Parts: sequence; C-alpha cells; structure tokens
Amino acid sequence: MAIETQPERAHGAGGSGHASRRRRPWWMRPAIHTAIIGAVIGYLIGHLLGNFLASSDVATEYPNIPLSDTSDWPIVLGYAFAVVGWLAGLGVFNDLLRQVAGRPVRVATEEEEASEGVSRYFRFTLDHKVVGIQYLIGMIIYFCTAGLLAMAIRAELLSPTYHLFTSQVYTEIVGEHGTMMMMLMTSVIVGPFGNYLVPLMIGSKRVAFPRIEALSFWITPIAFLILLSSFMLGGFPFGWTGYAPLSIQSTAGADAYAVAFGLMGFSVILAGFNIIVTVICYRAPGMRWSRVPMFVWAMVTTSFLFVLAGPVLIAGMYMMVTDRTAQTAFFIDTLGGSSYLYQNVFWFFGHPEVYILALPGFGIVSEILPVFCRKPLFGYKVAAAGLIGVTLLSFFVWQHHLFMSGINPDMRPVFMLTTELISIPTGFIYLVAMGTLWKAKIRFTVPMLFTLGMYFNFLIGGISGVLLSDVPANVTAHGSFFVMAHFHYTIMGGLIFAFMGGCYYWLPKMMGIKLNQTLGKIHFWTMFVFFNSTFLPLFAVGMAGQPRRVFEYARNLETLNDWVSISAFFLGGSILIFVINFVYSTVIARVREEGNPWRSRGLEWQVSSPPPPGNFAHVPVVLSGPYEYGTPGAPPVADLNPPAGVVSAAFAGTQTARAEA
Amino acid sequence: MAAEAPPTSTPQHAAGPSGPNHGLRIFLIWLPLALAADLIIWFAWGPHMPPGAMSSSASNQQFDITVMAVMAAPVVLLVLVYFLYALVVWRAKPDDDTDGPAIHGNTRIQATWITLTSVIVLSLFVFGTVELYAANGSGGGEGASPLQVPGGPRLQVQVIGQQWKFTYRYPQYGGFETTQLVLPTNTWVQFNVTSIDVIHSFWAYQLGVKADANPSVNNVAFTKIDHTGTFDVRCAELCGLWHGAMTNVGLALSPAAFQTWATTTRARLRDVTAALPPYSLTYDPAFIPQMSKQMVAGGFDGAQGFFYPPTDPYQP
Repeated sequence: MAIETQPERAHGAGGSGHASRRRRPWWMRPAIHTAIIGAVIGYLIGHLLGNFLASSDVATEYPNIPLSDTSDWPIVLGYAFAVVGWLAGLGVFNDLLRQVAGRPVRVATEEEEASEGVSRYFRFTLDHKVVGIQYLIGMIIYFCTAGLLAMAIRAELLSPTYHLFTSQVYTEIVGEHGTMMMMLMTSVIVGPFGNYLVPLMIGSKRVAFPRIEALSFWITPIAFLILLSSFMLGGFPFGWTGYAPLSIQSTAGADAYAVAFGLMGFSVILAGFNIIVTVICYRAPGMRWSRVPMFVWAMVTTSFLFVLAGPVLIAGMYMMVTDRTAQTAFFIDTLGGSSYLYQNVFWFFGHPEVYILALPGFGIVSEILPVFCRKPLFGYKVAAAGLIGVTLLSFFVWQHHLFMSGINPDMRPVFMLTTELISIPTGFIYLVAMGTLWKAKIRFTVPMLFTLGMYFNFLIGGISGVLLSDVPANVTAHGSFFVMAHFHYTIMGGLIFAFMGGCYYWLPKMMGIKLNQTLGKIHFWTMFVFFNSTFLPLFAVGMAGQPRRVFEYARNLETLNDWVSISAFFLGGSILIFVINFVYSTVIARVREEGNPWRSRGLEWQVSSPPPPGNFAHVPVVLSGPYEYGTPGAPPVADLNPPAGVVSAAFAGTQTARAEA
Repeated sequence: MAAEAPPTSTPQHAAGPSGPNHGLRIFLIWLPLALAADLIIWFAWGPHMPPGAMSSSASNQQFDITVMAVMAAPVVLLVLVYFLYALVVWRAKPDDDTDGPAIHGNTRIQATWITLTSVIVLSLFVFGTVELYAANGSGGGEGASPLQVPGGPRLQVQVIGQQWKFTYRYPQYGGFETTQLVLPTNTWVQFNVTSIDVIHSFWAYQLGVKADANPSVNNVAFTKIDHTGTFDVRCAELCGLWHGAMTNVGLALSPAAFQTWATTTRARLRDVTAALPPYSLTYDPAFIPQMSKQMVAGGFDGAQGFFYPPTDPYQP
C-alpha cells in the first residue's frame, strides 16, 4: 500500500543518476525494431527446438510425440520463444536483470520520456499517457484489420452458394475476424482510455505498476501478429470459440489461435491488475468512492472481470495446446476427457468476456451523458450498483451457451434465471440515462450523438438477449444469425459506439487537438444508419433459419443477405471516415485544443491538454463529485494547488504516512 | 408495463412549477403505441412467427417467441418514446449556456423501476420454465436422460453427425441407416443425437428441433409433427470446412406412408445394415476409420452416403 504523495521522489534515485548519461543512437536502444529482431530470433530457436523434440531420435524415447501432428511442436515452441524474444528485444527484462545483478535500475522521468518525442511511442515507455496513446493506435489498427475481414465475410455472403472463397479460406476468415475482435477488443476502452484517464480522473500522478501496464500493451502487437500468422499455416476452421475436438484435429493454424488468445489473457490480467490497484490505492485525498467517476467504476469492474476470467482462458488455451502437442486428451471423450470440459472452461471465461465488452461502454456513456445534459448523473449509486451487479452475475450465466448441448439439462432453468436477472442491473443503466435526460439541457455534440446511438443499439441488443435466454425460444435462435445480430448489437453497437464517443470526447484531452466536428457528425450518421441497416435484418435472417458461420444459405434469404452485405460495405466506409478524420485532425490540421471544450467538471479536464508530465503539479484535493452540474453553490471539483500540508494530513491515518513519519 | 416508472411523478426540484406534465404526455404517447404494437404482434405477426407450426415443439416456440415479443415491445417503445421526447423537448436552445436542474435521484422512481423490472424478469423466468417442461423440452437437446418424457409409443431416430453429413438410423426397424430424414406425423419422435467426430448441432428448422451432436454423448430431443411436408435440416455448430454445406431436406409422411417407406427401405438396405456397426447410443470415433476400410473392401463405396464419396472434401 505504497501511497506516494510525491511520486517524483520515487523516480529520484534513477532520474538524477543518468541525466548526464550519454545516450546511445536510437537504433542501438531497445524499441520496436529490436523487438522484431528478437521475435524472429526467438521463433527460429523455438522452431529448431520443436523440430528436435519431434525428430525421430527423441521420439523413440517419448513415444507419444510422433502420434501427434508433428508440426505442432515447432510451431508452438516457436511462438513461445518469439514472445520471449519480442519482449527481450523491447527491453522488458532489462530492469529485472539489472536488479538481479545488483545494479541500479534506470528509470527515466516522464519529462525525459517526453523529450524523446515520437520515438517513445515505439518503446517500452512507462508513462501511462504514452501507453494510452499506444493502445489507442493499436486498437484502431486491430479493429480495422478485423473489420476488413468482416467485409470479406459479407462479400462471400452476397451469394447463397460459395463463389468468392473456397470453404477453407472462408472459415479461416470467419475465425480470424471473430477471434481478433473478441480477443483484442477486450482492451479497446480499458487500454486507451482506462490507462490514460483513470489516474487523471482519480487525481493520481501515476499508475500503480507502470511496467505491468506497459507490458500489457506490448503483448497485444505480438498476439495480433501471431493470430494473423495463422493465415500462413492454413488458418483455423473453428471460429472464435475453438470447440474441441474440432480444434484438436485442426492443422497448425490452430496453434496460432491458442497461443495468441492465451497471450491476450496474460495481457488483460496485467492491465486489470494495474487498474484495480491504481484505483484502490492511488485516489487523491477527497476522492471518495461516492465521488469516483462512473467511467472509473466501469474500469474497476471490468478489471475485476479481467483478472478473474483471464486465468480461465489461459487454462483452456493451455489445455488445448497440450492436447494438440503432447496428446493429453483433456477434451477427447474416448480417452477419458470431455468435449464439454472445453465448452465449460471456454464459456466460464467467455461470458464474463462479453461483459468485458459491455461495461466499459456503460462507463463512457454514463460519463458523457451528464456533461451534455448539464445535469448531475441521476442515481449515481444505482449506476454503480448496476455495474457491480453485472460484474457479479456475469460469472453465473455461462451455461446458457450450452442450452442445446445436452449438458445438465435440468440446470437450464437456473441459467435461464441468472441470465434474465442480469437484465436488472443492465436496466439500471437505462434508468440512470432516462433520469439524467429528464428536463435536461441537451446539447447534440458528436460525443453525445454516439452516446445516444449506443443507448439505442444496446437497447435492441439487450432485449434480443432476453429472448435468447428463454430456453424454448432459444431452441430456434441458438447458433443462428439471430445470436450473431444480438452480440453485434451489444458489442459493436454498444462498445464500439461508446469507444467512438470516447474518442471524440477525450481525444482533445489526450492529444491536445480538435477532431473535425463536421466529419464527426457525418461519421456518426453514416455509422448509425448503416450499422442498423446491417444488423437489424440479421435478426430476421437468423430467425428464418440461417445458422452462423455458413457460406451457403437458403436461396430465399438472398435478398436480405445482399441488403446486409451492401450495408456492411457502407458501414466499413463510415469507419473509413473516422480514420480519415483521425488522421486529418491529428496529423494534418492539428487545430490546438487546450482548455475544457465541453465545460466538463471531470477532474481530467481541470489540467491542460494534453496533461503535463506527472499529470498534476501537486496532488489535488477533491472537493466534490464530478457531476454537480447546475447544483447551486457546488464547490469546484478539486483544489489543484492545495495548501502545504493538506495532502500529507489527508494520509495521516495510513500506514505509509506513519512509516514516512 | 414499466410505464409509470420514470415519467408520471415529477421530481420536486423541477424548474417550472406550472410547466407541462411531461410524464403524462410521454405516457399518453407511449400507451397507444404499445397497445397497437402488442395487438399487431399478437394477432397479425404471431401466427407467422418463426419457426412455424409444423410440429408440437415448433408451435411451442412460436408461442414463446410471440409472448416474448409482446413483453418486449412496450419496454422498447417506452425507452424509445422517452428518449425521443427528451431529445425533442429538452434540447438546449443554441444560445442557452445554463445548466439543467440539479436532480441527483429520486428514491421512489428508482424503487419502482427496480421492482417492475424484477417482476418482469421473474415472471419471464417462471413462464420459460413452465413452457420448457410442459413441452417436453420444446425440441431442445435434453441430454441422455431427460426429465420429461412424452408418454405412449415413440419412434426412435438416431441422428449421427459426422463431417459433413447427418445420417439417420431407425433402431425399431433393424437399425438401417439413411441420409434422408423421414418421419411420421402424429407420433412422438425421440431423436437420439450423437456424433462420431466433432461437435455438430442437429437443427430441423421447421420442426423446432435443435440438439448438439457431441461425440460419445447421446443427446435426446422430442417432437411430434402435426403436418406432412418437407423441412430443412442444417448443422448449427461450426464443425469444420464444409459446415456451411451440411444441409439436407427431411420429409414428414403420414404414419401409414412412413410405415411403408420404413419397411421397404429396411429390406432394400439389408446388406448394408449388416455391414454397419451394431446400433448403439454412441459410437467410438476410433472405430470408424477401421469400419470404413471394411466398407470400401466390401464394395460399399459410399454411394448411398454411408461414408464419404471419393469426391467429398477431405480435411487434412
């Protein structure tokens, strides 16, 4: 519980030491290029080792090995060593090794990091604001890659028979799209906005574990590349769920899936761990739990899902890898395993996962709505309770994915109940929104438009989820395009709309530039219209009997499918407008935005844009809640220059303060 | 249904004491819309709801889906009407920089909302459970030993999923195996669904039957067909490369016609049936490759679909 009221002192030992140190030229210092070299070297080492293990000499001593598809050993070990090489090339282990060797750790202060300019974004940089931007760019790249794959799927579905891709390529694309979206978009909000804004919102100068935070980001590019490399190995034919025994019998592309997904599990655990500790231990004086912004609540609850669900994912992927290489038969029924085991393990992770993809969106819309309603958030405690309720319940619903599987048939009413119960805390989010809108002074800015769009989309997604929870209705809907439309409404309509709203709302804060509002409005309206035009018909398509992940469908559904495909291409075009706007505003136009353009009371808006190194000149003292709009006599949200002694007095009761005294 | 919740009671801090009663207005806009939507859903749309009324389980699901839609429509409309009303009426004037009223919450409204949503959710749960058991699982996969079994004689049909085909065995007719599903009307049918390789999902769309085909597991589903005709069978669980093409058309005949078909088919396939592994509720996947060699050696090259024809796709 190290509450450092003056964290700059913590950096002092390293900082003063190397101010005079001569810098090596940029290409000699660890950065993304050394990481790539490390990954390639690591892969070659692992591959050779795997080949050696699978070679006939060794195989005679380990007779199980040649029974497996022998190409799996070199691939899996190659990936594992590539990850180690990537991280070593980035310099992740440098400080660790220095400490082992008893030498002083070299920590650059944020001012020194800032002096490095753009190159710090390609390094293992410890500043949470740099990590936030890294995540932002990374997530946009991942999202657009997976989105292009979605275009390819829709192109194939233009015709009821297969015409564009072979079935092999089509299933590869479906699997890549689903896996990339589901594994990488877990961090689409926690990564950029969570890491960047949580310390600013709670009045902290830093995060609790900067190295862990930076590591969580730098795992994502290698996980992304490993997943993409599956294309070179023939892909994987089992979608994002990876049901055994199909995943066990698949070719080497499945190794890429298991390693990449498992890696992403590590990434989210690390990211979540850092945010939980930061919020619990690094809140400024006066930042009570009753004043914590709703976005921070969403980040904390999501982080708990990260650290609790992530290990289950890693376990599942580990078992899959050992099944595929060492023939452990966790999931082979005839050898004592069970294919149900994989489904249970996967969905025990997988259902919290889909709330990982919902809660951050709730946080963002609850954060944006009061600002543009100019009213306090209605029912602050209800909103927080909603987030916590969803978090808790999300661990008790996983078997609704197995309603038709024949496992525990008499437990189905229980999971029907828990699944329907989860709509109560989700409904709180709507109660809060409707209460906040009551007699508000609504301003239709671009972030507000995305917020309202999210509420509309998530309403449809949520209500269709209630229908899916009903077991008899689920018999028809299960595994059909109805399910697919449902979760695209909650994830793309909820999470991604909230992410876009967050971009327009917070990018002026994070980058100190204005995003073009006209392009923003065009982006919103095209995205909103074509999103609904894409996914609303898919409810009907699913109910009319089209299963998920097929490349052939009934001819009478061709018109609807064509409509959907063409809408999807326009939806892709609207994302392109966002990318154009992003690049134009941040690279070409660069209109400065320094103040508080939304007149927000959020603590993050009380400092300059982008925030100075160290976030706050002094640890602020929080005086009131973030949503006190229109409250007569409400004090400012925080005192940014508290009188000397106030902050240390605030910590007088804590162990740290006692230890320091 | 959650109508009275937010709108009708105006918070005390409201700006104008003599302002219009927004809650009442929203309620009056919402009520006719909700009524109209529910009437349309129940009377006009309901009879055409998927998956139709070809079998007992399909009718049951159609009824359930209609009830869910009737429940959902007013809720969706309430939220939409409220949002649209708010966005139109409480939109800030361009030159208005002031803040709205400082309403932090309202215990009565919050309690009403929580109570109403809980009541809706719990009633949906009770409804779903009753419907599930009253309809013998409503065509869903019930596992190996279902709790609710329809009384009287049942036609046993085994559905075997394999990459990428469904085949069907009729144990009460000597265990012959076909590639087309033929069923009688007005008879309870018990599907015993299993797989000999990966997980598939047997989905007879118009019959409202869906049950996962798991290797080494017998997954039972029941239905009773009411009308003769054809129905589509598809695989609803991604099972590999040709999952998308794993489809065929089933046939529902009158009981007499089914009897004729079953007897003649049994006689026609006598030699093939003899070469098949004896009927059992599950099959050992490891046995299948050996069996196939014997079938090829015995001249059964899969022309009837008992094994992949040589031109069928091969998964490496």
